[in-house]
Amino acid sequence: MSLQDNFKEVVPALKPKEAVDEANRCLFCYDAPCVQACPTGINIPSFIKKITTDNLLGSALTILDSNPLGASCARVCPTSELCEGACVLNGPAASKAIQIGLLQRHATDWAMENTKPNTALFKTADPNGKKIAIVGAGPAGLSAARDLARLGYLVTVYEAKPRAGGLNAYGIVSFRLPEDVVAWEVEQIEALGVQFCFETKIGEDVSAQDLLDNHDSVILAAGMGYVPALNIEGEDLQGVLDAVQFVEDTKTKPLTNHLLGKKVAVIGAGNTAIDAATCSTRLGADNVKILYRRTVAEMTAYEFEYEFAKNDGVEFRWLVAPTRILGENGRVTGLQLIRMELGEPDERGRRRPREVAGSEFTLELDFVIKAIGQTRQTHLIDAFQLQHEHGIPLVESGTYRTSQPNVFAIGDFIFKTGKTDAMVVTAVQQGKDAAVAVHTQLTSQKVQS
Amino acid sequence: MADLRIKFAGIESPNPFWLASAPPTNSGYQVQRAFEAGWGGVVWKTLGEPVLNVSSRYAAIHRGGQRVLGFNNIELISDRPLEDNLREIAETKKRFPHNTLIVSLMVQPKREAWHEIVKAVEAVGVDGLELNFGCPHGMAERGMGSASGQQPDMVRQQTEWVKEVAQTPVIVKLTPNITDIRFTARAARQGGADAVSMINTINSLMGVDLDSWLPYPHVDGKGAHGGYCGPAVKPIALNMVAECARDSRIALPISGMGGISNWQDAVEFLLMGAGSLQVCTAAMHHGFRIVEDMKDGLNHYLDQKGLPSVMDLVGKSVATYSDWGDLNLNYKVVARINNDTCINCNKCYISCEDTSHQCIDRVREPDTGRELLVVREDDCVGCNLCSIVCPVDGTIQMVEIPTEKQPQSWNQLQSGVK
Repeated sequence: MSLQDNFKEVVPALKPKEAVDEANRCLFCYDAPCVQACPTGINIPSFIKKITTDNLLGSALTILDSNPLGASCARVCPTSELCEGACVLNGPAASKAIQIGLLQRHATDWAMENTKPNTALFKTADPNGKKIAIVGAGPAGLSAARDLARLGYLVTVYEAKPRAGGLNAYGIVSFRLPEDVVAWEVEQIEALGVQFCFETKIGEDVSAQDLLDNHDSVILAAGMGYVPALNIEGEDLQGVLDAVQFVEDTKTKPLTNHLLGKKVAVIGAGNTAIDAATCSTRLGADNVKILYRRTVAEMTAYEFEYEFAKNDGVEFRWLVAPTRILGENGRVTGLQLIRMELGEPDERGRRRPREVAGSEFTLELDFVIKAIGQTRQTHLIDAFQLQHEHGIPLVESGTYRTSQPNVFAIGDFIFKTGKTDAMVVTAVQQGKDAAVAVHTQLTSQKVQS
Repeated sequence: MADLRIKFAGIESPNPFWLASAPPTNSGYQVQRAFEAGWGGVVWKTLGEPVLNVSSRYAAIHRGGQRVLGFNNIELISDRPLEDNLREIAETKKRFPHNTLIVSLMVQPKREAWHEIVKAVEAVGVDGLELNFGCPHGMAERGMGSASGQQPDMVRQQTEWVKEVAQTPVIVKLTPNITDIRFTARAARQGGADAVSMINTINSLMGVDLDSWLPYPHVDGKGAHGGYCGPAVKPIALNMVAECARDSRIALPISGMGGISNWQDAVEFLLMGAGSLQVCTAAMHHGFRIVEDMKDGLNHYLDQKGLPSVMDLVGKSVATYSDWGDLNLNYKVVARINNDTCINCNKCYISCEDTSHQCIDRVREPDTGRELLVVREDDCVGCNLCSIVCPVDGTIQMVEIPTEKQPQSWNQLQSGVK
């Protein structure tokens, strides 16, 4: 197997008959709990029904109408915690949940394969002459852009990176979400007339004031940044990597075998840590360990991600924290760790870890990958002079309006750690909600004037 | 182990499962394979003047992932020379003397033609004859099959002609393509038939190709109506069997067929008066081996019911099949939902709400917050719809509600008025 093969989509698609058989199992519930459990409210029974009648275009449109990133979400949603977890077929009296995620992928795959290039599956309203700026071309921004374009707005998306997709394009490992899926969803949005300004940073290339002056509304969907510093000795050694950047590299640069046969430690146990660890095994690392200062019970990674990592041969070490990165000749050679124990619960109810005095030990390593969270885009808060709390902009519930008139904020940019999961699907819904809020605000202003 | 042997109109068979006259019984090779697989008998594919067939000739409907719910064909009677068939019938009977071998016949409605073929077939040693007055396609245009079968007088007349020379029991096979099958069944009896069999296939157009816009099946750009059969026709067949079974003016053994696919279907036909069972589509769908479960299942069922013989089932439910006017108007059932096994799919709710009597409420349980589905029994008419659409067996029960009133039927009510 080549490295490229290791980064091909892992989960196989449903075979055509398998999809129809599975779709036929769906009960077509009324007021279905799967729909209620979907943050974007996709009419799941309806799209599944359409698979049974070979109405795959209709099925895909049902999905994409509610969720412009329905093809990505089919792959990255924690379905067992959302739609599939709510399926009435779970439970002792029934059978097992419908594989809604895979069916969604089946329908949207059909749409991808059968849509002519640059043809939009949805139509736009007549142009209404209003202009909207969106900062960030990730899931939240794309979603807002799609729905505003459908309403007739002229939408411009400003993106610091060279292409659109945000987390989907740069942060989700290829073997879970292939690049062409993201590209197709972006193409669908471009085909509605949405304009993209790539490699454009707000505050550097365009000022916040310019955006405000030239648009009727601004939506900030800038996501998060890279991993913050561990603030321990040795962090600048060669071989200390940022997990977000590391995953990004596997998606944007040719795959290299620089990890072949190496020993890797990933610090942190969220989904990004898992991604960094599994990318490492797939790049040929000899030994990959995830190091976490709490226990498996406090780990924030999804259960299926955890299982996936274990199947990939990733080792987990609980209750350990890094104290010093060891190096020779400027390169990582090891990591000094200290054992931890759990103390009192913190404000989230998770027991706080504390060091066990004198329990230091070292591991021999070639790479240390940091995955302890992501930094925030605080410069935007300053640039737009937004009211905020600990670097998180304050927004009005439901409309995502910030303290500034005509400025809205959505997605990971406003994500409060631990409050809800930072899911692609919730970012998409926030984009939709913000689009409605912008539209409501602009049309009511029009009525007033 | 119960006794599966039957005696039907004087014909003995090791079990009630016969292959119907159709493509599966077209040759000695096939029939011998069937006997080896365990079929009690066969009705050999209809003999007559050999015909020319078309290509293609079958079509089916599939629904909800289940294939061949319904099936139809535009195939005609045997297209093999009569001498070949007769030779193979003789060979087969010799090899399988204890299996039932009945031969289906169809000729022009002429006395000599019937005499001639009956004599020729009986000469090779068969257990009985079945007169095909049912085939709805191809032969009907030539005055045979259902063209005869739709005219009770012709059925009676031709049965008489056959009985003039027949030495073996004569079964008259009836067409369902008629307003009231009892009239032709009575005509068969008047003609001296020893038994009737039903149903032959129903006129049908299976579907239209969405791309070519041609009917299914089609032959070089055109289609024609074909004979419908398979699981989908079972209720129609069962009704006709039951109607004939309870008609004192027919009072003949009935060989039942039409959608019988498993032992449960078989039991239902037996209970409603069938004394032997004929199967075709299920065998065409799955091969002859299905008979193993049919016999096995029937056997276990009989044992479970403590019945020594399959003959003990025949006709046991006929008396329960009546006219609407005899039904008790004062009997009441209501639906009751078991919330322990309810999975909250709300299918009962929406079907009742949209299409029935709006008597199911969605109620939140105060303690758990869980939504419960509750029937307002005063408003429930006991229509069964909710229990039919419920995907979890036994979750919605139809429960009898005792009433003070004496049983009274519409007919009783009317006689009181007069």
